[in-house]
Amino acid sequence: MSLVLKKGNEVVGEAAIRSGCRCYFGYPITPQSELPEYLARRLPQVGGVFVQAESEIAAINMVYGAASTGVRVMTSSSSPGISLKQEGISYIAASQLPCVIVNIMRGGPGLGGIQASQSDYFQATKGGGHGDYRLIVLAPSSVQEIADLVKEGFQLADTYRNPVMILGDGILGQMMEPVDLGSGDVGELPDKPWAARGKKGRRSRNVINSLYLDSEKLEQLNLSLQKKYRLIAERETRAETYLTEDAQIVVAAYGMTARICKEAVDMVRKKGIRAGLFRPITLWPYPEKELRLAAQHSQAVLTVEMSAGQMVEDVRLSLNGEVPVEFYGRLGSMVPSAGEVFEEIQRISKKIGEVK
Amino acid sequence: MLIKILMAGFGGQGIMSMGQLLAYSGMLEKKAVAWIPSYGPEMRGGTANCSVTISTSPINSPVVTEPDILVAMNRPSLDKFEDALKSGGKLFINSSLINRSVKRQDIETYYVPANELAGLLSESKVLNMIMMGALLQVAPLVSPMSVMESLRMMLPESKHHLLSLNSRALQMGAAVFKNQTAKENSIVAG
Repeated sequence: MSLVLKKGNEVVGEAAIRSGCRCYFGYPITPQSELPEYLARRLPQVGGVFVQAESEIAAINMVYGAASTGVRVMTSSSSPGISLKQEGISYIAASQLPCVIVNIMRGGPGLGGIQASQSDYFQATKGGGHGDYRLIVLAPSSVQEIADLVKEGFQLADTYRNPVMILGDGILGQMMEPVDLGSGDVGELPDKPWAARGKKGRRSRNVINSLYLDSEKLEQLNLSLQKKYRLIAERETRAETYLTEDAQIVVAAYGMTARICKEAVDMVRKKGIRAGLFRPITLWPYPEKELRLAAQHSQAVLTVEMSAGQMVEDVRLSLNGEVPVEFYGRLGSMVPSAGEVFEEIQRISKKIGEVK
Repeated sequence: MLIKILMAGFGGQGIMSMGQLLAYSGMLEKKAVAWIPSYGPEMRGGTANCSVTISTSPINSPVVTEPDILVAMNRPSLDKFEDALKSGGKLFINSSLINRSVKRQDIETYYVPANELAGLLSESKVLNMIMMGALLQVAPLVSPMSVMESLRMMLPESKHHLLSLNSRALQMGAAVFKNQTAKENSIVAG
């Protein structure tokens, strides 16, 4: 294992190359611009294509085109830029094309700010574009996990012919941590008989399309998409738990916030409060069963986010009223401190004591 | 050991590089490290700060709100972050650019005339290395050898002729506190 010290954004780029990604289309925006900058230099070295498009909308449609040919392709942006890409993302999902889309979130709404945030959870997991579609959404919480999840993301995208989103925040994108990038030997990429890259001796040509004017056919497409989404939901949930076995209070958080909460959990444990951490790694599909298991002996779940409360809705849906759910969040790129989360856990612990 | 450090100054003082160098050195010594930058949209000027965490066990939160060590390279940085420093923490002040004394009584303060010392080497760009030398003399987070090794790895070969200058700057910073306690240093600065 050899470690290098690298920025999260650059690691997205390097991990993509080591996953066989050879096409990138994007438009710069803080706090993820180190990623296109890195790929502008690196992709030509490995025979790849880097295009800085004229806009985010152009970039996502270039992804649509490249993905149609079966190559591994990626785009990235930050919150306002991801909003611009939504139409294309819906088309790609409908056309069942694999690709990886990276959102290094910044504060919103509107043009917002350039610092970290987690307020695009709804957009990522509930469909920011139109129609009944889903993205597979992966949420790394360290630079090492960025490398691992980008690789996994490309595999999942190919396996299910579905767009995958890597959802990080501005801190994660800009921070440096030691990372093991692995060998870069992806082996043989999966066969893609559906790709539009010439007839190759077949009688009919492959068509990539998202337009179905016949309602019955459109319903059939939707039914097959829903079947695929159910399969993904059954098979592909991922989560990390920390000290949840005996936890009275389970803190649920993802990404950078989860690491802050882990520190808070250690702090309250020293005070004798039995707290634990539940960290979803897949935000869609949401690891509902894993959360129910982690919270089965708990008396309260505290969700912490850098938003006004978005993931907390999935926490409530997963627990379905079995455990009371509390929320703590900071807005507009303010980052909750471990001390604040510590206070919240203490407050809830006191409340539980009084109910008894 | 888990140490959280905040380094702050204005763009161009080498704040980001100083933090990266410290993190890189920690990694070479097989410690867990994290480096987080924070700056505005300006290319130069403006305020810049970065936080570094060095630990002998895996790092939970790399976000630094209450640093154990604060390095203030200019006056606005001291004004902004003095109150955030942990009680009993260490404060390093670039006394060449900061003309006020410290308000806090519950911390150790170390005054380093970094710009003046850099002037003695006829190279203003090494003031971050001077501060780094002073910092490591007082708080041996990593060895100066690891710092030089990291610098060798971070710099492209075309810049390796600058290694000896940087090494001298590192030693010059360390010399400020070689035979001196914090109290004596504050009397000198006072």
